[in-house]
Amino acid sequence: MIQAAVFYMFAILAVLGGVAVISARNPVHSVLFLIFVFFNAAGLFLLLGAEFLAMVLVVVYVGAVAVLFLFVVMMLDINFVELRQGFLTYLPVGAAIGLVLLVELASVFAGWHVAPEAKDVIAAATPDLMQVTNTEALGQVIYTKYVYLFQASGMILLVAMVGAIMLTLRKRPQTKRQSVAAQLARKKEDTLEIRKVGVGGGIG
Amino acid sequence: MFAIGLSHYLTVAAALFTLGILGIFLNRKNVIVILMSIELMLLAVNLNLVAFSAHLHDLAGQVFSMFILTVAAAEAAIGLAIVVVFFRNRGTIAVEDINQMKG
Repeated sequence: MIQAAVFYMFAILAVLGGVAVISARNPVHSVLFLIFVFFNAAGLFLLLGAEFLAMVLVVVYVGAVAVLFLFVVMMLDINFVELRQGFLTYLPVGAAIGLVLLVELASVFAGWHVAPEAKDVIAAATPDLMQVTNTEALGQVIYTKYVYLFQASGMILLVAMVGAIMLTLRKRPQTKRQSVAAQLARKKEDTLEIRKVGVGGGIG
Repeated sequence: MFAIGLSHYLTVAAALFTLGILGIFLNRKNVIVILMSIELMLLAVNLNLVAFSAHLHDLAGQVFSMFILTVAAAEAAIGLAIVVVFFRNRGTIAVEDINQMKG
């Protein structure tokens, strides 16, 4: 009963938040509603018993991805009103396609059931969650059975990091920077000059 | 009604996925909102994977959901970097102006 109430609360708030994400006038509000949706999805994950993923969702998505979105939205000086034009003209097409997709998904749900052989092809059976926590159970599979995929996801993150840095790096000619090589290559003769100055003559 | 099963979670995920698709159609001029809609769709897929993982007592779903989170984070970082570079060069992020690479 309580579980159902909590589920409906998270589910309804998540869907309403999703509606707000795509219909908010201001993209900053969109990002904030996206954070709201992520929090509610984390609640749903908790209800499903995936505590680690719920925490990762909050930490990674809310802490990193959504804040990245927020930075970009606030950093770029864009006339968002102009970008919003045509919102209503696209509404019928978008609503039609969304409706078709929803009907398709609903028809899948209606005539769908788990195959009896599904129990035999479980890839990594969940251990008893009374003895092992969800995080520990995940760790026991990630670092053994899925270690190559784990390494590959690390590579993806590395490539993404290098790519993002390379894309946004720029050299501005007007800014002064320290050039260590030029400093070390300087010789005494380049900068220092000794002249004989006659008495009362000054430097000519 | 009160017994929450797999189909309840799948319904929520389907609604979120449809909202993501709808968001791409409605905000087809604004790249940032399109990226946010994609995040919404990836979240729906994650919800599906975790729901099936809990239903079938198979941890693989949660493992894959974690990898999807990783890839989604990388995708968001690269996408936003491209948006920033494009804005720096052209001063706009309207989708219809992004046609320089159109042969």
